[in-house]
Amino acid sequence: MAAAPPLRPCDKVRHGHPAGDPGQYADADADRFLSTRTPLTRQRTHRLGGPDLDIDLANVRNDFPALHQQVHGRPLVYLDNAATTHKPRAVIDRVAQYYTEENASIHRGVHGLSERATDAYECARECVARFLNAAETREIIFVRGVTEAINLVACTYGRTHVGPGDEIVISEMEHHSNLVPWQILCDEKGARLRIIPITDAGELRMESYEQLLTDRTRVVAVAHVSNALGTVNPVAEIVRRAHARGIPVLVDGAQAVAHMPVDVQELGCDFYAFSGHKLFGPTGIGVLYGRERLLDKMPPYQGGGGMISFVTFERTEYSALPHKFEAGTPHVAGALGLAAAIEYVTDLGLDRVRPHERALLDYGTRALSGVPGLRFTGTAANKSGILAFLLDGVHPHDIGTILDRAGVAIRVGHHCCQPLMARLRVPATARASLALYNTRDEIDALAAALLEVREMFA
Amino acid sequence: MSVDLHALYQEVVLDHNRHPRNFRAMQGGRKAEGFNRICGDRVTVHLRVEADVIRDACFQGSGCAIVKASASLMTEHIRDLTLADAAALVERLRRTLSAPPGAPIDDLGALGALTGVRLFPIRIKCAVLPWEALLAALSARDEVVYTSPRSLDRRIP
Ligand SMILES: Cc1ncc(COP(=O)(O)O)c(C=O)c1O
Repeated sequence: MAAAPPLRPCDKVRHGHPAGDPGQYADADADRFLSTRTPLTRQRTHRLGGPDLDIDLANVRNDFPALHQQVHGRPLVYLDNAATTHKPRAVIDRVAQYYTEENASIHRGVHGLSERATDAYECARECVARFLNAAETREIIFVRGVTEAINLVACTYGRTHVGPGDEIVISEMEHHSNLVPWQILCDEKGARLRIIPITDAGELRMESYEQLLTDRTRVVAVAHVSNALGTVNPVAEIVRRAHARGIPVLVDGAQAVAHMPVDVQELGCDFYAFSGHKLFGPTGIGVLYGRERLLDKMPPYQGGGGMISFVTFERTEYSALPHKFEAGTPHVAGALGLAAAIEYVTDLGLDRVRPHERALLDYGTRALSGVPGLRFTGTAANKSGILAFLLDGVHPHDIGTILDRAGVAIRVGHHCCQPLMARLRVPATARASLALYNTRDEIDALAAALLEVREMFA
Repeated sequence: MSVDLHALYQEVVLDHNRHPRNFRAMQGGRKAEGFNRICGDRVTVHLRVEADVIRDACFQGSGCAIVKASASLMTEHIRDLTLADAAALVERLRRTLSAPPGAPIDDLGALGALTGVRLFPIRIKCAVLPWEALLAALSARDEVVYTSPRSLDRRIP
């Protein structure tokens, strides 16, 4: 076999698929996936589905050092992935490598380190562009996370396009970070928020959505996947209907990117946001994808170094995209770590992860249905790996404490969705959220711990 | 199940959670609401005070087992205490519950059932919440006083 030319990390990412010989990829058997041309020349086999799931997941789990620890003397069962995911060794090493070998200010220095760091940072941006299948790399803006991405859009696109009496459409299931920035904008502009209601199963009422779109609607902002319910929203359809009226759509992809392939051109959305830390990457780094045509016309978000091309005391010319939106020294290590994370999931193949998580979700749904008095919140037909539930007569905080002592980490509370909790008429819920490294054994541990809760509060 | 959990969820606590005592409303009297902004738990404490003595105490609201049991035990315990004694008890309870595990603590009698939270630092605020509402109610007159578990910041709704 002829030696492949050396690849830069960003070259290894093809949208939704691992890079390498497409024939080999296509021939891989349904449960199996051969990682091709992995950066550390690891050759692995992952079985992400089927009955012998746990055995074959061992390889994947070995990539995540934090999974292998005890909590309160019990093996950690980490089911709080919607809050944040653990990091594979490749990500941890990449961040360490940056600080050990590269560490320099980017886009400024003339010295060798700076050149290398700049290269790596821009290469990470290319990696993200391929990951989302963005049409242009300059449509990728590095931010701190979804929260900052949405604030950016609200403060720039929002401030220049929303006026008194205008409307912004969001949904009843939004995370506070896709609500509060719009609320602040509405307060400032005398505009108002319109809310797409949900069904009891936790699905958007699409007929109501249609009615909420008026000639006053300036932006539609919805979650791709709900963090509190697991609902996968019909984003392409939401976009289609908004675009029919010329309304741009922002999609909060926080809970989507680690669990399914995302193609922003296929979705057709105008903005797409995600956070690195929920995608096996570092904290403090995230992405705003924006359609070039819109980004170009938007005013800058923050002013400072890096976002300018020419400054006098009288006026400033801004840099071209994407730098216009990246004032100040960026989180270079974070961007490199994020690229490593993207490389990691691309290597695995998100189109393999989705069925694995789907099977695990079904397994978990059945297992938890056996716990007396357990009721799911969020039973959408199209659901991601989130098991949110209530237990009759037991407050979620008590569930959380008891599970913690069994080594099972879940989230309890309002999940930053207080209006949704009000809609569900509950103060809080318990939520187990899955990622690609979770196993059936872990679901069994969750179910067993819930039976202990049941017993104690009998 | 771990020993710690049995210390937290003692039979007394579980019983008061299941069958909270004095879980009702009161017309008139003094009241204050304890509201934990972080987890959304709310406890409204009502007091009937005659000549500086608590003659009746009850509560309403929603929260975890620890909040409910603590509120329930409290309403039983403070009846017939003077306002000054009740305020002193709140301080004593706060001090006791936040003492590190292993450190010597006061004998709180029936309220000792709440001391299991010392093994669960993040749950101390749950046990303390109704007591902070009580402290506010002791000095409040026909008004709702919001408290939060860390600070006794007050605001009139
Ligand atoms: C659906 C959703 N949107 C937005 C966010 C906010 O993400 P971050 O805190 O990383 O900015 C989260 C994370 O909790 C989320 O689940």
